[in-house]
Amino acid sequence: MWKAAGLTIGTAALAVGIAFAQSGAPEPQRAIPDPQSGRHFATPETIAIQDDDFQNPAMLWAEEGEAAWSRVEGTAGQSCASCHTDATQTMRGVRARMPAYHPRLNRVVTLEQQINICRTERMGAAALPIDSRPLNAMTTFVALQSRGMPVAVDIAGPARAFFDRGEAFYNTRRGQLDMRCGSCHEDNYGRSLRADLLSQGMSNGFPTYRLKEQRVISLQFRLQGCVNDVRGEAPLLGGEEFTNLEFYLAWRAQGLPVESPSVRR
Amino acid sequence: MRFGSMPILGAAMLAATALCVPAAAQTAALVPFAVVDDAIPLPLTTTGGDAARGRALALDRSKGNCVTCHELPVSADFQGNLGPPLTGVADRYSIGELRLRVVDSKRNNAESNMPPYYRVEGLTGVRRDWAGRPILTAQEVEDVLAYLMTLR
Repeated sequence: MWKAAGLTIGTAALAVGIAFAQSGAPEPQRAIPDPQSGRHFATPETIAIQDDDFQNPAMLWAEEGEAAWSRVEGTAGQSCASCHTDATQTMRGVRARMPAYHPRLNRVVTLEQQINICRTERMGAAALPIDSRPLNAMTTFVALQSRGMPVAVDIAGPARAFFDRGEAFYNTRRGQLDMRCGSCHEDNYGRSLRADLLSQGMSNGFPTYRLKEQRVISLQFRLQGCVNDVRGEAPLLGGEEFTNLEFYLAWRAQGLPVESPSVRR
Repeated sequence: MRFGSMPILGAAMLAATALCVPAAAQTAALVPFAVVDDAIPLPLTTTGGDAARGRALALDRSKGNCVTCHELPVSADFQGNLGPPLTGVADRYSIGELRLRVVDSKRNNAESNMPPYYRVEGLTGVRRDWAGRPILTAQEVEDVLAYLMTLR
């Protein structure tokens, strides 16, 4: 199924590449051309926890995801493994290229959403709630198969419009504090927001084990926290706005190695 | 008809409820002020600012929260450094210049990331519990200014 999806995306990308050349939409420029992972802004203690798989608490989530991979659920009598067999082979690189444009749905989908698409459409199983433990466990397990691979999302073609919306969200000042994402993560990374050292807001470590929450969190959960902090009305988890933003953020982190599951404060 | 009208009634009630919150919040309309050059020379209130209250506001996370972005000459466990240190700020700016920067720093510098402490217009997607309200009241702005003027 992934191979089929990849082919379709590839064809679509080719078609759009042509349209792109015709329309001449300018290549977006990154505000931070040479990005640094959140790892760069973490304490040595935190990095030590991340780097030791026996200490990294997120590995418990990865193990739960691995167990769920071959567990039959839903009316079709299928598990993830029924189609995708050995995750260490078939899921390699998937986290690195998600979110991705989904031609049939004509929108961008995150890894979480793709897992739920498989569950509801192929397995006849219920979608897992966004940012729930079982869904974060599965994304952690899938993401682990891409660890070390460079983030490489495809924003060309029909994906571009969704990328542009994500970029617009990123650059819109919002909330009572009237700040854009870049107010902290472009203009002030490396500086202290009271006790917090501001990172560049790169998403290559997600899902991440957040020490503050004592659990693995999804990227959109973290985004909700950011919007809340500027006293803005946070969009819904899993909704269009955050999904497009997540897509834009992946492009900002293009080239950085997937670090999932990282550990962050 | 009866059934058809119910959702409309419900929607109207919802709308009324929704309108209530900002309406109540907006009853405390912002006091008018005049910007002259790079400053708001006149105080926002007739009651003078209280430096001790201002200091507490500057350290209060839910209020001025200056210390999150600025270093202050206080013993706080963690101090931010996104903005310039505020020690000696009263030597560098007049109270009117500081008033403009606290009220709405973007009037001085459109690219400023400093939150507007006394503005409710032109904001996007403000959290419902804060909609229509400035971060600080007019009196709190004057209190913070009184404190800042002690930083020489």
